[in-house]
Amino acid sequence: MATLELLGFGSTGWGALLLVATLMTLAVTATALAIGAVFGAIVASAKLSGNLILVTLGNIYTTVFRGVPELLIIYLIYFGGSSAITSIGNWMGYEGFLGLPSFASGALAVGIISGAYQAEVYRGAYLAIAKGELEAASAIGMSRAMRVRRIIMPQVLRFAIPGLGNVWQLSLKDSALISVTGLAELMRTSQVAAGSTRQYFLFFIVGGLLYLILTSLSDRIFNRAERRANRSMPASAMGQA
Amino acid sequence: MDFAFLFSSMATLLAAVPTTLILFSLSVLCGGLLGLLIVTMRVSGNPVLRNFAKGYIFVFRGSPLMIQMFLVFYGLGQFGFIRYSFLWPFLREPMVCAILSLALCTAGYSAEIFRSGIRAVSPKEIEAGRAIGMSGFLLVRRIIAPIAFRHALPAYSTEIVLMMKSTALASLVTVWEVTGVAQRLISQTYRTMEVFLCAAVIYLVLNFIILQAMALLEYSLSRHRRPAPSAA
Repeated sequence: MATLELLGFGSTGWGALLLVATLMTLAVTATALAIGAVFGAIVASAKLSGNLILVTLGNIYTTVFRGVPELLIIYLIYFGGSSAITSIGNWMGYEGFLGLPSFASGALAVGIISGAYQAEVYRGAYLAIAKGELEAASAIGMSRAMRVRRIIMPQVLRFAIPGLGNVWQLSLKDSALISVTGLAELMRTSQVAAGSTRQYFLFFIVGGLLYLILTSLSDRIFNRAERRANRSMPASAMGQA
Repeated sequence: MDFAFLFSSMATLLAAVPTTLILFSLSVLCGGLLGLLIVTMRVSGNPVLRNFAKGYIFVFRGSPLMIQMFLVFYGLGQFGFIRYSFLWPFLREPMVCAILSLALCTAGYSAEIFRSGIRAVSPKEIEAGRAIGMSGFLLVRRIIAPIAFRHALPAYSTEIVLMMKSTALASLVTVWEVTGVAQRLISQTYRTMEVFLCAAVIYLVLNFIILQAMALLEYSLSRHRRPAPSAA
């Protein structure tokens, strides 16, 4: 079968490349999620700070990066980052054009977007902590740092799991857009395979199936994590958390 | 800051707004109707229809829109029976392919949103409708649909904002909407920040208008929840 040979692992097959590309998609999405966690935590704490300037800055961040197309943000980081690096290079005496690596710029762009969504997830999770628990912690004399470590963080992480699962799925699908910068992730590799074999339908179907496997597997993992994180909660409260 | 450049890029980008709006409105319309069809199958008692709808929702929500769009744009033309059918003059057009794939994708998301709206209809209200002799379509039209629509509205407004952002992908299949034009401007001028700023303002204004319109719709549909005006 010619089709099987095209998808196989032999010298004329694209199997190995597609597998590597799937891992690349996972790697770039995981990096983006980690970058987004940092941005998200900073923006969420700015929005919760009560300080008018910080709240406004936080609102601007979440509005802009949730309201502007992902593709445009990828262009901004990729082209904008490259020209910024080039001008820094020229200033330091290097002649010519310096490009931003597509992995770094893609992960940063998707990370900035997922940071905007993660900020809302963390904010919601913080607001879900019972006020009484925070009061109780201050009442028995916990310092601010200890309150964060012992009371706030464990619960924010638990409440945030379902939302983080959604953000992960979003970022996984956004990562396909990084292909426009030339990073050999799943979308890009399917495109290259489709173009060079002229089997467009076959390779886009296979690429789509690999994405479906990734999304359904990660859905299952997040469900298990949610169950595990909530194992100390009474069954009746599970629905609300 | 170079205001002359900002103005000229803004003018170039604004000229592409009608294309974005056509993409958006047609795909929301077709996707919404298809979503209604899918959700009808999903909640119907027929196991074949139900599983088909489940599969549809799983496939179109689980894979990136970009790969769906490329499948429609590049993949369909590969088959002779499509190339030589009456559909080809339509499917040859990038605009039609973009709208088709946007609509197919949003139908999956919309169907799930509509279903959560239907599930939010209290069984008591359906029972009451049955008790006074409503059945079938009348029950759907008078009881289930209006209540489900109101419940689904907030999530649906989020979905159509996402659709507005998704129209940007049409630029990858050579439809020159706002993002595509912005990308062309960036590669011609290398002034990423200014062009991005103009395009971002356009999308934020469009999304703001959508959200305001949806909030207005929500407000006008919730008259029964507001306190009665006091007799002054």
